[in-house]
Amino acid sequence: MVKINYIQLNGETLTVDVANGDTVMQGAMDNMVGGIVAECGGGCNCATCHVFVASDWIERVGFAVDMEKDLLDNLPIVQPTSRLSCQIEVTSELDGLTVKVPEEQF
Amino acid sequence: MNQETTQQRAVIVGASHAGAQLAASLRQNGWIGEILMLGEEGYLPYHRPPLSKGFLDGSKSIEDILIRKPDAYEKAAIAVRTGTRVVAIDRHAKVVQTSSGERIGYTKLALCLGAKVRTLAIPGVLPDGLHYLRTLADIESIRPYAIEGRRAIIVGGGYIGLETAASLRRLHVDVTVLEVGDRVLGRVTAPELSAFYTRVHGEEGVRILTGVAITGVDGVDRVSGVFCSDGTRLPADLVIVGIGIDPSTDLAQDAGLEVRNGIVVDECAVTSDPDIVAAGDCALQNSPLYGWIRLESVANATEQAKSAAAAICGRREPTNALPWFWSDQYDIKLQIAGLNAGYDQLVVRGDLSQGRSFAAFYLKSGVPLAVDCVNRPGEFMLSKKLITEKCPIDPAELADESVPFKELVSRWLAASAQ
Repeated sequence: MVKINYIQLNGETLTVDVANGDTVMQGAMDNMVGGIVAECGGGCNCATCHVFVASDWIERVGFAVDMEKDLLDNLPIVQPTSRLSCQIEVTSELDGLTVKVPEEQF
Repeated sequence: MNQETTQQRAVIVGASHAGAQLAASLRQNGWIGEILMLGEEGYLPYHRPPLSKGFLDGSKSIEDILIRKPDAYEKAAIAVRTGTRVVAIDRHAKVVQTSSGERIGYTKLALCLGAKVRTLAIPGVLPDGLHYLRTLADIESIRPYAIEGRRAIIVGGGYIGLETAASLRRLHVDVTVLEVGDRVLGRVTAPELSAFYTRVHGEEGVRILTGVAITGVDGVDRVSGVFCSDGTRLPADLVIVGIGIDPSTDLAQDAGLEVRNGIVVDECAVTSDPDIVAAGDCALQNSPLYGWIRLESVANATEQAKSAAAAICGRREPTNALPWFWSDQYDIKLQIAGLNAGYDQLVVRGDLSQGRSFAAFYLKSGVPLAVDCVNRPGEFMLSKKLITEKCPIDPAELADESVPFKELVSRWLAASAQ
């Protein structure tokens, strides 16, 4: 199990245990983190699991590429460290990762 | 056995997409009362789209497709009872009754009843091997027969039928699709798009027969073939039927709630009873953009469930999200924004006749109503605003790929704002 920190809409940080191999999105879903909706179930078909990765973590997580990047680049609100959390697989290297939930999902 | 309500209890009938979202949204909205979700099937809420995709082709397991892990419900104090069918609502006593006669009291009630599959009107006793495609159990009964070399007949050329065809081809099953209309996806896309899908499926080895209905099933214990309306008999080891769904509304109807083609709800997903909300495939709602509609999509179930949960908590959060859908077939990612009914012009950005990448815009008087995007996630995302803002666009510019779409959208939105 790995600790993932979700900075929620109300500014508070929720730290949860997520199993190795699960996605950051699934960790949010399993712990009722508000603002992450995961409408397409993790298939990179929507952008409702969008998160901002903390800047000191983005190198380890990796920047978005390909279709994920195409979806993110065309969102009204996007940052350089934006990722779709359904595409971030949790490994022990990401223990302590912090992500922030955006104000709105599109 | 009676269950007295000593504190507030929200009872959710239905444990699929709408029910699962509603339960979560209740907690996220600060509901501190009990939450009890009653599901007819024997599983915790699971993602339904994979049933015709990854779960059918075996790349996903049951655990992979659960919406939330089992302990997520315990952590959020959401009680889930599977294998429980509600047969009646007593609105006066504020009680629901299950098929075993149990009466469960509610403070607030959510109806997330989903839909039932339409069934073939073939008389007589049919052999085994004819399957519908709505539940996890349906797929589990299909999977042992979805193996290389077997012959499958898919009845219905809608998204379910075509996705199933794609998944079965991945398993090297021989596939024939029977569509009673003159083209596949006839209800939902333009003829040009039907032609595209027919081409792609043909390239992948699927036979599509249009204008053909199934009139009978051959076989003693198990299916050996199907009889068609054109007089032919096609051999088959497996028959899968995907001919649409009808909303589950009996519970609401019997309880005296307003029901038309779906349980009627207002913009906040509240039914004609202020203590009862409804969401998902079963609900008919007056949408700001399209009038009274009943949408069959995960996104709709999710959005209405959020409105419904807010309403239960005394908050107004009208459902106003733009309808959108997706479908995965082979290497095609189809993303659709908006509803295209009433379009008078189709403008395509990209090439329908070759390759698998384009965005097809449905315009009405020069304003986009909807867009079908194939492997064009950027166009999909950017078009949403064009549609919700009813932004006039220039069809010639739209079709010209030498100008980046993002640039065109900015220009049109700016012009429209003036």
